[in-house]
Parts: sequence; C-alpha cells; structure tokens
Amino acid sequence: MASTPGVGTAGRLSSPPRAISSPRVARGDRLFALVVKSAVWFVVALAVGLVAALAWESSGAMRAFGARFLVTTTWDPVAGEFGALPFIYGTLVSSALAMLIAVPLSLGAAIYLAEIAPFWIRPPIAFLIEMLAAVPSVVYGLWGIFVLIPWLRDWVQPFLGARLGFLPLFQGPSYGVGMMAAGLILAIMVIPYITSVSREVLLAVPNTQREAALGLGATRWEATRVAVLRYGRSGLIGAVLLGLGRALGETMAVTMVIGNRPEVAASLFAPGYTMASVIANEFTEATSDLYVSALVEIGLILLLVTVVVNALARLLVWSVGGPARGARH
Amino acid sequence: MTVGIRRQIDRAMGALSLLCAVLVVLPLLLVFGFLLYQGASAINVDFFLHLPKPVGEPGGGVANAIVGSLILIALAVCLGVPVGVLGGVYLAESRDRRMPGVVRFIADVLNGVPSIVFGIFAYTLIVLPMRRFSALAGGFALGVIMVPIVLRTTEEMVRLVPSALREAGLGLGLPEWKVTLRIVLPAARAGILTGIMVSVARIAGETAPLLFTALGNRFWHQRLDQPIAALPLQIYAYAIAPFDDWHRQAWAGALVLIGLVFLASLAARLATRGRTVAR
Amino acid sequence: MHRWLIGLGLFLAVGWLPQPAGAQLLMNGAGATFPYPIYSKWFEEYTKVDPSVRFNYQSIGSGGGIRQITERTVDFGATDGPMTDAQLQKAGDLLHIPTVLGAVVATYNLPGNPALKFTGDVLADIFLGKITKWNDDRIKALNPSANLPAQPIVVVHRSDGSGTTYIFVDYLSKISGEWEQKVGRGTSVNWPVGLGGKGNEGVAGQVKNAPGSFGYVELAYAITNKLPVASIRNQAGKFVEPTIESTTAAAAGAASNMPADFRVSLTNPQGAEAYPIASFTWLLVYRDQQSQEKGVALAKFLWWAIHDGQKYPSSLLYAPLPAPVVKQIEVALKKMTVGGKPLIAATQ
Repeated sequence: MASTPGVGTAGRLSSPPRAISSPRVARGDRLFALVVKSAVWFVVALAVGLVAALAWESSGAMRAFGARFLVTTTWDPVAGEFGALPFIYGTLVSSALAMLIAVPLSLGAAIYLAEIAPFWIRPPIAFLIEMLAAVPSVVYGLWGIFVLIPWLRDWVQPFLGARLGFLPLFQGPSYGVGMMAAGLILAIMVIPYITSVSREVLLAVPNTQREAALGLGATRWEATRVAVLRYGRSGLIGAVLLGLGRALGETMAVTMVIGNRPEVAASLFAPGYTMASVIANEFTEATSDLYVSALVEIGLILLLVTVVVNALARLLVWSVGGPARGARH
Repeated sequence: MTVGIRRQIDRAMGALSLLCAVLVVLPLLLVFGFLLYQGASAINVDFFLHLPKPVGEPGGGVANAIVGSLILIALAVCLGVPVGVLGGVYLAESRDRRMPGVVRFIADVLNGVPSIVFGIFAYTLIVLPMRRFSALAGGFALGVIMVPIVLRTTEEMVRLVPSALREAGLGLGLPEWKVTLRIVLPAARAGILTGIMVSVARIAGETAPLLFTALGNRFWHQRLDQPIAALPLQIYAYAIAPFDDWHRQAWAGALVLIGLVFLASLAARLATRGRTVAR
Repeated sequence: MHRWLIGLGLFLAVGWLPQPAGAQLLMNGAGATFPYPIYSKWFEEYTKVDPSVRFNYQSIGSGGGIRQITERTVDFGATDGPMTDAQLQKAGDLLHIPTVLGAVVATYNLPGNPALKFTGDVLADIFLGKITKWNDDRIKALNPSANLPAQPIVVVHRSDGSGTTYIFVDYLSKISGEWEQKVGRGTSVNWPVGLGGKGNEGVAGQVKNAPGSFGYVELAYAITNKLPVASIRNQAGKFVEPTIESTTAAAAGAASNMPADFRVSLTNPQGAEAYPIASFTWLLVYRDQQSQEKGVALAKFLWWAIHDGQKYPSSLLYAPLPAPVVKQIEVALKKMTVGGKPLIAATQ
C-alpha cells in the first residue's frame, strides 16, 4: 500500500504494524481520506472567502485613509473621517482583562471538577457550567445593565478609586459603564467555554499518569501539576484560545456595558469601544459607501488582531513546551 | 521541602480550586436568579403553544420561535458537526507536515471573528442571490460559527486517546479508517460531544447573524427558503421594546432557551453514554 | 448513528413540504425598531380584516430597512429617517408612506424628578459639552424654582445608528449653527461628549440608574420607564411638554407645505401647540409593484393603516396622523400600480 496522504498515525516513535492490505482496504482508506480532506478544504475555503470578501469591501476605506486608519482616533460618520485606534485599543484591553480574570478561575474550577470534587457533585456542576454558554449575549448585556453596572458604580469602583487611586488604572469618575464592566462581563461569558473544555481535557488524561506520580510519593496537587497538567497542556491551551476567540469577537453584551465612547484612556473606569461593538452598532445603519467600507475594514483589522494574538500564543506554547506536543507513551 | 509543607500546599491548592469553582458558578446563579425573578411570571402553557401577540394582549407565546430555533440548530449541526469532527480528526491524525498547522491556525482565528461578520457573509452568499431571507441562510451562518469550535475540541480529544487503542486495532488487522471511525472516535466521544454541545449552546443564543439571514417570522414558517422565527431574535425584539409586559416575555424566553439547550444536552449525553475510555 | 441521521433528515424534510393549497400569502418587511410595537399590533388586527394575507415585520434598524427594500429581499421597508437623494436614486421609484408619529424627548435623572424647561440652544450646548454642570446659570434662568445640584451633567447618547438620533440632531442642527458645523446630521454622529447607550432601552436604562444623567429617548421609553421629560420651547416661543397631542400638532403644523413625497423633517415646526422634536416614521414601498397579488395586499393594508389603523397608536404611546396629512397620503397611495394599472380605484 502506497503511503496514503491524510489519515495516519502521528508522532509515533516507530511505525506500527500495518494491516495486510487489499485493494478494498486501500480504497476504503482513500475514500475516507477524501472525505476528511474535503472537510478541511471547506474550512480553508471559508477562511479564504471571508478574508477576500472583507478585503474587497474595505478597499474603499483603505484607499481613502491608508495606514492613518490604524492610528487616528476620530470617528466622524457625518464628515467621513474614520480612525480605528480607539477600537483596537478597546478590544485588546477588554479581552486582556477578561482573560486575566477568566483563565485562572476556569482552570482552577476545571481542576476542582476533574480531580478533587466528590464524584456525586461533578456531573451537575459541569452541566450547569455548560448551560452558562447558552445564555444569549443580549441577556448578559441586560443583566450587566441592571445588576453589574450599579454594583460597580456604587461599590467596587469607589472602593478601588479610594484605595488604589494613585494608579492611573483606577482614576477618573465612576460611571459604572466602562472598560472594567466590559472586562468582567467578557470574563463571565468566556469562563464556561474554558472550564468545560479544560475539564474534558483533564478527564481524558489517563489515570496511569496520575498513579505514576502518586506512586512516587507526590501529593494530590503535585500529581496534578506534574503529571496531569503537563500531559494535557496542549488541550488546555486550546481551551484558552477558544475562550480568547469568544472574547475578541463578542458584541452585544460588551456594547451594552462599555459606554461606547471612541477614546483611548488609561483608566479602567473610563468608557471605551471595541471593534466588534462598533460593527454591530453601526453596520445596519451605515449610509454612505465609505462608512460601510470603514466598518468592514475594522472587521478586517479584528481578523488581523486575532491572527497576531493566536500567533503569539503559539509561540508561547512552543517556547515553553518545546516542539514535542502532548507526550505519549 | 518537608512533607508537612507539601501537604499544606496541597490543602491550600485544593481550597483555592474550590474557590475558583464557586466563583465560576456564582455568576450563573446570579444570572439565573435574575431571569427567574424577572420572567417566571410570564411562563405558562400559552407561552409554549401560541404565536406572539401585540403588547398588552394576554396569551402570547413563542411557540414558533422554539420550533424555529430547533430547525436552525438542526441545519447548523448538519453543516458544523461533519465538517468540524472530520477536520478535527484530520488535524489529530494527519502525517502531513504543514497543512495541519495552517488549518489549526485558521480555526483559532475563525473563532475570534464576531458572529455578525458570519451573518453578513451568509447574507452576501445566500440571501442576496436568492433575493430572500431564509432558514437555510440562517442555518448556514450558524453552522459556520460552529465549525471552528467543534474542529478544535475534536482535535484535542482525539489526540488524547492513548496510542495503545489505535495500535490494538491496527494489530488486529483493521484498516486505518476503521480504526479511526470505530475505535478512536468512540473513545473520544464524550469530549467531542462536549465540544458539540458547547458550540450548540453558543449558536442557540446568537442573535446578530440571524438578523441578516433568517430575519425572523411572526408566524409559523412554511418552507425552509422563507424567513423563520428564532428564540434569540424574539428575545431581542422584546427586550429592546419599552413595555414591561414584553420584557417579562424576553426573560421568560431566555429561560426557555436555556432549558432547551439543557434538554438537548441531556438527550445527547444519554444517547451516547457508555463505551468511553475508562476514567 | 443511522437512526439519528434518518431522524434529522425527516425533521428537515418536513420543513420543505410545499405550501398547502389555500395557504395565506406571506408578506415580509423589515426596518426601524421604533414602530415595531404599533406595526405588530396593526398586522395582528389586519389578519382579522383580511385573513388571506399575513404580514411579517422584523426590526433590523432603519438603515437595514432601506438597504433590504433597495435589494428587494423584502416586500416593504420601514424607516424613521427619510432616504437621501442618493439612496433613492439607487433604489428606484420608492414611496415614503408616513404611518405614525413619534417624539424624541430629553430625559434626566435628578433628585425629586423636577419638571424642567429647556430651550434648543441650551440643549445643543449641553450636548456640545459647553454646559457641564446642572446648576449652570442658563439652566437656572429657565428653571428658577427647581433645585439644581452642583453636579456634573453625564450626557448619554445613542451608540448605535438610529432614526431617533437623526431626529434629535436634525433639531439641534436647525437651532444651533455651531452644532451644524461641528457635528451635523446623521443616524450616527461624532458626539463631542457623553456615553453611548445601545438602543433606546440602553439610554433609558443608563439615565434611570445613574444620577445626574441627561439623555434623549423616544417618548414611549420615557413614559414606560417613568422618567421625567423636559418641556422644550417651540418656534412660537411656548414651552411644550411632549405628549401625544403635541406630537400630532407638530405634523399638522407642517401639513400646509408638505412635499409630495413626504420626505420632510418635522422638527422645529410652526404651530403654537407643536412639540419641536417630532417626526414621522415611514413605510417604504415601490410605486410600481411586480406582483398583482402582493401589490393589492400592500395597497389595501396601507389604506387601512392610515384610516382604521389610526385608532391604535395612542394606546401604545405613538401619535396618530393628523387628518390633512391622511388626505395627502391617500393621493400618494392611489399612484401605486402594478404593470401600469392602478391598484386602488381613483373613486375610493
């Protein structure tokens, strides 16, 4: 059997014994490989089509503003002056804040659910957390308006401003709406994804790994840290990237709590604006072609930001773990 | 480090992870509590059986939106699950050198695209040529959102299946594709299913892409190439109106939506239990 | 596994069954969110008048409505702001049919909820950021007996493009030359100051919850959220409270020189009782319809809406059309044709 492209076994130290091949088996393998390959081509075509459509639509704005678009802060639909910097800043800061809060909490909860929790409590809690992912984003937004914002405005932000007000992060008037609210609500929305997938990753780590560590005298935490987390590292990174993707692209909930002010400000109390929000807010009402083109260009920039962030994350994984991914035995 | 200190660290970490779990569940309880408090009064039999009514008139419901959402999810699953699972298998199993890395990267990037962009994409691809809004366009947009999530989780889950299982199958003389389909995928079934349910939960609550594709329908749909109602659209329309009566129905609709996903998830898990890798 | 697939297939096949004979005609429309409550009431009532046709309307925003009717993906559109000449040129022979009126009100959050009076230029200067405190002399001069705190004004505007914004800034542009120059008119503008709330409910929610806020919303949202509304001085010099009657009066004032295509701005109109920040909301239909069945359904519905339909708006906090304007719309409706033949008999 000639080596069939596509499906095979990866990362093996030596080739496993091959089945005695017959033409029928080879055909089966080729057919399967074809089906799998067509799925892959669909994904690639989707991405290419998306980028092409975005680039096409935004060409008008690209021609009008050039590289200026990335560094100017004016957003004036009436005068036809558009600059994307506040949105880029807003997306990066709100997502970073969300991940800072969500990743430790999610991983901690996943560890608890996979390793430590009593067995009877695991399925219901895991299930509940999955259900959080089903709450429509507009409901999160409204909950944010009625519950989160007043809490931030009347309790949290005055407290932080009083104690930590020397930091530029916590200065300025406390509206309630603003970057902090956006980061918090994104964190809440992203946690179910990271927790659910991380939990599955940890559960899929074979018990032999844990037993080996425990047999060597490790405490439960040490076994988890040395054996389980390391083994499932690539899966955990995948879970985090899943959550990050959601944070970068979330629109409804964020736009209801961020204040929607296209400004770059150092303080977390200040209102801001994200790329996804401005597209959601203004796309359906955009009147002139240049306006639509500028909004689509923001979509393209968001795509670029996602690409860069993912590339950086991959570099991080590679440098920390070395080229070998997911140890096998 | 003495054993004593190590034990203390162990206990501290245990407590810390419990704290994390509590903090993760807390917003869930707060949001649920909010929905129940605001919307429970609007849930009655009418709500599940009737079409929407104008504000102030009793007896309105979201029956068409429930069915519409189910149909849209079914359409999306038809697209998202095969492409996602097969793609994930490819990424985990392939011996190609560069393609898998590229595809993995593409999937991660697609995850970060706002859902409204997929809606606009589906609008340009399907709605404009057909000159009408349709359930098909809505299903396509939602399916496309599902693909990257399912793809990546499938890949990670398939990767975690121990080689011993694969080698056992091959050693018994099974062709590679049978090993993948009959041994590896079932072994990873629970994890793949979680990925699918998480993505279904996500698309069940999506509003923005449906605005440009399925449009929404006040009545029962009649064909798949016509506008169709959906729960998130109805919730959105009610939530942004000025009337308290409609707000209550919006919260009730959100409760019904979460309940639907809950039931779907439960059903999926029950149907595929057993025959997973021992934990 | 196979059972799942068969089940899924059956489920979807059911969705593809052809329409049973005698099924109703489905008309699809999309556009402005502001009139959604009244349109849903109308379409419900109209099924009793004519059970053979069903109207499905969805709110996707005025701009969305304009775009979809231009692309002909819907049978009718709806907008709060009239189409520009450029947009009309792209769309073709599209009629603007006014249906109801709405008022944009200034609302605020102050202790005691005093009833405040404002003039247009004070409003403009607040939104320009020139007046920053509640106890500013100019506000005090208009409201000598009100208890105005020394708090900063937290301006709240719309973050999403909207017809409500268009009406408000259209008014400010007419009153303040500085506003017209610096900010101008549009469904989305470059606001000099303030926070952006998403939708009318976002602005209402923000104003309701944050003391010292000052924003603009459609009248219905202020009433249902029990927010105080400001009385604005109109062109005749009177401070008029926004009510359904004063909104209708704004259109009556403009009826005398109404353009034939109804693309008119009703802000700052003539009339002693007129509220200065009001506007029509329009349904957009093609004058020459392509299908006899749909054309007749549409024309008959519109005729009903401007006559019998006008008894429903006020209970939902919209203002009905004044009688002279209804007569003018009748003339426009009679111009609707399909394949050259008029849809409504000239004698009706």
